[in-house]
Amino acid sequence: MRHLLSIADLSKIEAISILDTAIELARVSDGAVKKLPTLRGRTIVNLFAEDSTRTRISFEAAAKRLSADVINFSAKGSSISKGESLKDTAMTLQAMGADAVVIRHSASGAAQRLADSQWMSGSVVNAGDGTHEHPSQALLDAFTIRKHLGLGKSDLAGLSVAIVGDILHSRVARSNVLLLSKLGAKVTLVAPPTLLPVGVESWPASVSYDFDSVIPFVDVVMMLRVQQERMTEMYFPNAREYSRYFGLNSNRMKSMKQGAIVMHPGPMNRGLEISADVADSSRSVITEQVTNGVSVRMAILYVLLTGGSLDAGGN
Amino acid sequence: MSVALSAPDIKRAITRISHEILEKNQGASSIVLLGIPTRGAHLAQRIASIISEIEGVEISSGTLDITLFRDDLRLRAPKAIMPTTIPPSGVEDRDVILVDDVLFSGRTIRSALDALGEIGRPRTVQLAALVDRGHRELPIKADFVGKNLPTSKSQSVRVLLSEIDGRDEVSIEGEVN
Repeated sequence: MRHLLSIADLSKIEAISILDTAIELARVSDGAVKKLPTLRGRTIVNLFAEDSTRTRISFEAAAKRLSADVINFSAKGSSISKGESLKDTAMTLQAMGADAVVIRHSASGAAQRLADSQWMSGSVVNAGDGTHEHPSQALLDAFTIRKHLGLGKSDLAGLSVAIVGDILHSRVARSNVLLLSKLGAKVTLVAPPTLLPVGVESWPASVSYDFDSVIPFVDVVMMLRVQQERMTEMYFPNAREYSRYFGLNSNRMKSMKQGAIVMHPGPMNRGLEISADVADSSRSVITEQVTNGVSVRMAILYVLLTGGSLDAGGN
Repeated sequence: MSVALSAPDIKRAITRISHEILEKNQGASSIVLLGIPTRGAHLAQRIASIISEIEGVEISSGTLDITLFRDDLRLRAPKAIMPTTIPPSGVEDRDVILVDDVLFSGRTIRSALDALGEIGRPRTVQLAALVDRGHRELPIKADFVGKNLPTSKSQSVRVLLSEIDGRDEVSIEGEVN
């Protein structure tokens, strides 16, 4: 495996092996050893042409725990804001000897473009491209589900997951639908019709417009942020109405199954798609998602930067 | 393929190694056995249970995965990471005995020393190997050896253990050239 561009490219075996590797790496982070020499002397560039808190910090922490050298580089404060093209930026990174580039970009397909080009020879990790995919987020979500529901090293067969909210603009939803269904979970998308993309019926997921009829039957409720910055039209009449039909509040949370968990990829609009008391409740695993993100991203960097494909067995 | 050690040979070798460990360390009070996954971990368990039997005290063994400390990570396909479990006594100021199935280039043991250094500072580190097949690439030597097997570099040594392979056997595969 050389690049991680989308969940669609990943086989079930590859996905499971990344999750299993992350389990062992999480144990390392929990223990006395916080730093491993594994990627010593390798250079990883975080190229963030779009704002991010969690993903950038998470990739940076992951790379540093594996002893890689990290160069952070965001659109603001770099020549991207002067209009430098992706090609010129990539050639600069190549000239500096980057072994991997973690790229976040507002254009769907930016990571793919970088990987397919001959501009640079390193690995490319998609850290979110427009409304296309965000594979590392889906992997950390699957990791969190597996860990929280006590599934050990198995897949997610038999589980039911609801992904609720702004599916239209969500790369997190796309990656999660692909990954969770690949791992055997049954995925239901819950959203107003205006926030569902064209062609959603071909996705490996069912669709519902009625949150209340779905919520009692699922093991995981994954809330999505309403991406107002990407909204150029009116998708719902007003925030209060959206909240009433598609928001998760404590009243609605009461009808959840025992042991079911609440997830959110962040950043949250508290009071819009999720109420503050739900976000801070015992069902919420939102901060744990952030913690797990580091282990999962360590696993991704380990698999991509140590050449070849992942072997089974340890001998 | 020729069989180098049969099941009874392996049993005798492990029993002898257990006695030698006790002799060298004057008892079991300070020792910590750490097996290198996968087969070294099972050997460490076997040695721990023999020592527990001889000394009448419960000795636990742990595992030490060295994958993340290898020096050939850029050259080979990534290996699956196996668990590292350190017995509750820890390794600080203990006599740590690393256990592996085959001692060959010595690079695994070098990585194990690095991994161990991240966990603590043992008083001594010793090495037990079921088979020493020679061809060292580093200045590393075993303290306890089940059997010295002269081999050619083109051959490979296969260790089977009943815990994972259903039977105990050490064999040499391939031709001498």
